[in-house]
Amino acid sequence: MIAAAERRVLAGRHFMNGDTACAEGALAAGCRFFAGYPITPSTEIAERLAERLPRLGGCFVQMEDELGSMAAILGASWAGAKAMTATSGPGFTLMMENFGLGLMTETPCVIVNVQRGGPSTGLPTLVGQADVMQAKWGSHGDYEPIAYAPASPQEMFDLLIAAFNAAERYRMPVLVMADEVVGHMTEGVTIPPAEELHLVGRKRPPAGANGWLPYAADGDLVPPMPLAGEGHHIHVTGLTHDERGYPATDAVVQDQLVRRISQKVQVHAAEIISLEELLTHDAETIVVSYGCTARSARQAVLAARERGVKAGLLRLITLWPFPGERMRELADGSRRFVVAEMNLGQMAREVERHTRAPAVWVTHAGGAMIPPTAILRAIMEAAT
Amino acid sequence: MRQEIRLAGFGGQGIILAGYVLGKAATLYDGKEAVLTQSYGPEARGGTCAAELVISDQPIGYPLVTQPDFVVCMSQESFNKYGSAIVAGAKAIVDADLVEVPGSSAWLHQIPATRLAQELGNRIVANMVMLGFVCAVTQVASRAALEEALRTTVRPRVVELNLRAFAQGFEHAVAGA
Repeated sequence: MIAAAERRVLAGRHFMNGDTACAEGALAAGCRFFAGYPITPSTEIAERLAERLPRLGGCFVQMEDELGSMAAILGASWAGAKAMTATSGPGFTLMMENFGLGLMTETPCVIVNVQRGGPSTGLPTLVGQADVMQAKWGSHGDYEPIAYAPASPQEMFDLLIAAFNAAERYRMPVLVMADEVVGHMTEGVTIPPAEELHLVGRKRPPAGANGWLPYAADGDLVPPMPLAGEGHHIHVTGLTHDERGYPATDAVVQDQLVRRISQKVQVHAAEIISLEELLTHDAETIVVSYGCTARSARQAVLAARERGVKAGLLRLITLWPFPGERMRELADGSRRFVVAEMNLGQMAREVERHTRAPAVWVTHAGGAMIPPTAILRAIMEAAT
Repeated sequence: MRQEIRLAGFGGQGIILAGYVLGKAATLYDGKEAVLTQSYGPEARGGTCAAELVISDQPIGYPLVTQPDFVVCMSQESFNKYGSAIVAGAKAIVDADLVEVPGSSAWLHQIPATRLAQELGNRIVANMVMLGFVCAVTQVASRAALEEALRTTVRPRVVELNLRAFAQGFEHAVAGA
């Protein structure tokens, strides 16, 4: 039963928890199905959706574990629903198997990882950012993921919409790599009216088309997606498959398929990549950071400027695909780079790979935010 | 200007709610920026808990409290834990009946918040008595903004009681000044 009074989009200005804003972003994006297994620090996302989804005619399922959660959202997506799950490190690891299934079967959905300290059970209630390379390489095989890194409750809302849009546009699971600080902090969040939201739906095949091939991509490398129950005869498999969707375990098909599912992201990298640049135009030292750590980095950059040091901030709003081209533009030989992240240098290696120069690493294994002073010290050292 | 406030007490006193109302008031009704974080661990009811706020007229970078300008304590345990963070220039605000502070100084403000709430008929609104007092002493958020935040946060049937509690705390500060 749908309560008439329940509003899908809570337009207005709120003082809202990051995880709650994430759930509201999903609802605003049109999410109709959530399957998950509650885990700190992502539990508030499940709580909010457990309350809101049924009232909006959607479906919330608390699953037996994260393998099942991931499988359930893939199934829901094939049934036509915008679907998501939310978890933290240990659950993210369990989802890697079926994350790969989603990539191989080109199934749109969204996975939110509110990162805590790892490996293993690690720090259940404390912040970490050490799953960012797992986002890139965590499932076996080659693929090119899309991953967002929100730095505020506002972005927990905004980037959920971006993630659902990208999932539908490119027909794939999309990752939101949040962190405990951003998930648990409460801050101002502006939710626009429903009619001002730009929402994307997946490409659909022509109705009842004879001889239509469900895995034949268009010029943009993305195949239209049929839905279960619409009369199309389709086969969905994690095995390497031909354009009909039938298993075809041979080297030629494998190379064509895996290249295409990677290239469909690579060729659209410019429209997917999202960056925030602060004072980079004349910066001699650029701090690269993301998520909650970017908030410390911003403060450090402004403090360095007050001391007369030309510092700038490059904030990764998308982690993947990596903005290698922009890095190469900025790396003109004279600029120095500082990378601040709450892991032992995962994105720092990526920065160095593209700038072809050693960066100053400001790292921490997690449990507490990196303070602005630590980043400021690195900027001052890099500047001398 | 960046101001940091730590509200502390024991779980069940409504510390987090008071922090939420304060942050909401600053963000939605005073046109400022505010971030609320809270101690997040395996705490249970009765254990020490804290709501931490950064309030600023500029966008807030680092969201955590490091050097609070105001430390509000509603239990002895929380004062023992956080009292040492009160640096020069900072103010402490405590529940006079629940927190014993050796000596008395200009930086110390006291209000029997829980007793005043009891006199209003329900000690559960001690947090709002304290919030009214904090409003008058610190001026980190305006009275009108706080009352509006309170009105839009607590359940309709207890709005009146909470507003009375808030006024009680506010006036206690004004009378004492």
